[in-house]
Amino acid sequence: MHDMSAHAVQHGAPTSFIRKYVFSLDHKVIGKQYYALALVAVVWGMVLSWLMRIHLGWTNLPIPGLHLLSSTGAPGNVMTPEYYLQLMTMHGTIMVFFVLTTAPFAAFGNFFLPIQVGAEDMPFPHFNMMSFWVTFVAFLVLVSSFFVGDGPTLGGWTQYAPLSAVGSVSGPGQGLGVVLWAASIGIFCVGQLLGSLNFITTTLDMRTRGMSLMRLPLTCWGWFITSVMGLTAFAVLMPACILLILDHVAGTSFFVPSNLVINGQLLPHTGGSTLLWQHLFWFFGHPEVYIAIVPGMGIVSHVLITNMRRRMLSHRVLIYSMGSLAVLSYMVYGHHMFVSGMNPYSSLAFSFPTLVITIPSTIVVLIWLGSLYGSKLRINSASLFALGFISMFISGGVSGFFLAQPSIDIMLHATYFVVAHFHLVMAVAAIFGIFSATYFWFGKMTGHMMNETLGKLHFWLSFVGTYCIFMPFHYLGIAGNVRRYQAFTDDYLIPLIPLHRFITVAAILTGLAQFIFIYNLIYSRFKGAPAPDNPWEGTSLEWSTATPPPHNNFGDKLPVVYHDPYQYNVEGASTEYVMQTSPEQLKNAHEEN
Amino acid sequence: MATIIQPPPQIEAERLVSHSGNGGWRNLVPADGDLRRVKNSSPPPASTGIWVGLAAITMTFAAFTSALIVRQGSAQDWRHITLPPVLYLNSLVIIASSFTLEMARRRIAAFMGGLRTSAESPARWLYVTLFLGLLFVAGQTFAWIQLKSQGFGLASNVSYSFFYVLTVAHALHVFGGLGGLVRAIGKLNHNVLRRSTLDATSRYWHFMGILWLYLLLLLWMKL
Repeated sequence: MHDMSAHAVQHGAPTSFIRKYVFSLDHKVIGKQYYALALVAVVWGMVLSWLMRIHLGWTNLPIPGLHLLSSTGAPGNVMTPEYYLQLMTMHGTIMVFFVLTTAPFAAFGNFFLPIQVGAEDMPFPHFNMMSFWVTFVAFLVLVSSFFVGDGPTLGGWTQYAPLSAVGSVSGPGQGLGVVLWAASIGIFCVGQLLGSLNFITTTLDMRTRGMSLMRLPLTCWGWFITSVMGLTAFAVLMPACILLILDHVAGTSFFVPSNLVINGQLLPHTGGSTLLWQHLFWFFGHPEVYIAIVPGMGIVSHVLITNMRRRMLSHRVLIYSMGSLAVLSYMVYGHHMFVSGMNPYSSLAFSFPTLVITIPSTIVVLIWLGSLYGSKLRINSASLFALGFISMFISGGVSGFFLAQPSIDIMLHATYFVVAHFHLVMAVAAIFGIFSATYFWFGKMTGHMMNETLGKLHFWLSFVGTYCIFMPFHYLGIAGNVRRYQAFTDDYLIPLIPLHRFITVAAILTGLAQFIFIYNLIYSRFKGAPAPDNPWEGTSLEWSTATPPPHNNFGDKLPVVYHDPYQYNVEGASTEYVMQTSPEQLKNAHEEN
Repeated sequence: MATIIQPPPQIEAERLVSHSGNGGWRNLVPADGDLRRVKNSSPPPASTGIWVGLAAITMTFAAFTSALIVRQGSAQDWRHITLPPVLYLNSLVIIASSFTLEMARRRIAAFMGGLRTSAESPARWLYVTLFLGLLFVAGQTFAWIQLKSQGFGLASNVSYSFFYVLTVAHALHVFGGLGGLVRAIGKLNHNVLRRSTLDATSRYWHFMGILWLYLLLLLWMKL
């Protein structure tokens, strides 16, 4: 430990309720605030998916109380086709932005990055606080679209132009709903940029003595790589949202072409480019996939190493692979546009890196599997969800090989096959990563352990349920079931309705299983067993400090780091695991430097 | 197996000197508030942070630029416009402001180091920079009003749309720089200005100047 008094904490411990719990500068409180926001968002998003699934299984079935959400969208509690699309859009937007981006990166990263690098806080605490509250405002703006005008936008989370840019003539929610959507996402971008600024500077400049880059835990690498991606991707999405809003409110023609007639009405716009929106959106959109998943890769690696009691086959290659994913993610975005009228040579140019990006992904998976092989893995809720993450990532990743090829994608594009692909590889995998992190770090965050029996029950119900929902989607896609249809009236789709009903039942049951988690979360927070400082016998810095960590993380002394983060079963060591802060001289240490 | 003796941590001493970690960025003002005793080191997070921020701004304007190029490439309605002459005068103003800021930065650095004992206020050139910054924004506003009075609004043609979007977006960022200057002047007047704050502010301001010259070139070539 080295003395911290010479450079005292920039902000003292707060005393008022407002400064302590609401407008807090403490990265740990901000991390919890992000987690709470993500929890509210995921429940909201899940309920929307239930409503959609019920409608898909039983199209004319009244859903009690639905009219309370929208009287025009659900007359007699029966969902209109437009309202189905509105709920689908909100489901995608809420989940991608306010859950998959917020929880694994902003929530856990905020709480643990400064601790794992050995700092008292992030370097710009006011920006950090602003980051959360700006994100919160973005969420409120998005949710407000349910209650104003003719409801939220129906254009899907991708908001393809020109329908997203022409106003209410293209359907309910396409006027004010789109403006609120774009404003929300633009505000969200500001929040993420402020967050990324803090994450990058924390990683580069706030590391404690002895914490070289290669001594950072894999979680820190995941968050650092993600923050670099976030910085570049959200900085592009924000101007795209500004241009979209201007097309709405100022009558500009960035995205709307000339002579466009919609619903019998000739629009006054001239010369806009519909492809322009897609270019700007997907330049953000594909890195966003990795923004959602790379933090999970770091978390899962960290959890597995702790439970395997041995390090990964290659710490360094894993880091390089995650970095390669980030770089390549900017070169592949055109594969979302294979059927949008791009030059065929462009398709070829985007297809090649899309296939190449499978190489670092595969390396990461092989390192996980190779490291797991022969290990005596400690089975607990965190490690089970980490295994579940790998399973989902592989299952969803395999379908990516098919979609990367333009000739096959032409057939599968916009079908349920794609829905299966991205839900497994990005959404569910990332959510399993969130669960793994929650079970792993809950004790450190709150001072109470979660119930393991309930955790394992939660895992098995979620694992089986998820496959029951998403594996049949592949079959639906191959059968030609186009996504975003709100009802199946065509001859070739009618035989698929029983399968949709099966998926709906699975979705409802799997969703209900998540309340086991929420119960466990709330119960354990107040009644859970007291958490020791190092319940999992981990070696990184979060286990060197008290549980829960004090305001400045390490008391009056900052830690000094002597080892790589994962010293388990080191030959000749005095204990089975050696903390990063242990000054013990190890003859056979696992060192990358 | 080869025996490797774990070396003692070697980074500490180096880092303390170079302030590349260890909380060396917390160069707090001495209790007596004497400006001359403010530590002269440049805290890394502020330095790194400003570069990270500039990278994000670069990406934003790169996105606007690519939007302009794609939109122009697909347009049959593109109308070439003549830029308001005041923009060229504004360019001189913002270039001059970079020079005055650099003079301010050097004088304040010398003042902090105790090398100058002149009674001249070290904030003087910061005030000049602030004035030039405000003059630049006023000049841009004049250009917008002038175009608007000629009947060329935001939606007149996509060329004008891009003109307004790019210049307004830049002006908003300049406002951020003006805020930074006001903050630096306030801190200087209270003897609590850190060298790193001034360095970060000046980097940002110089970047605004470079960005404006780039935008002017882009607008001149493409619109």
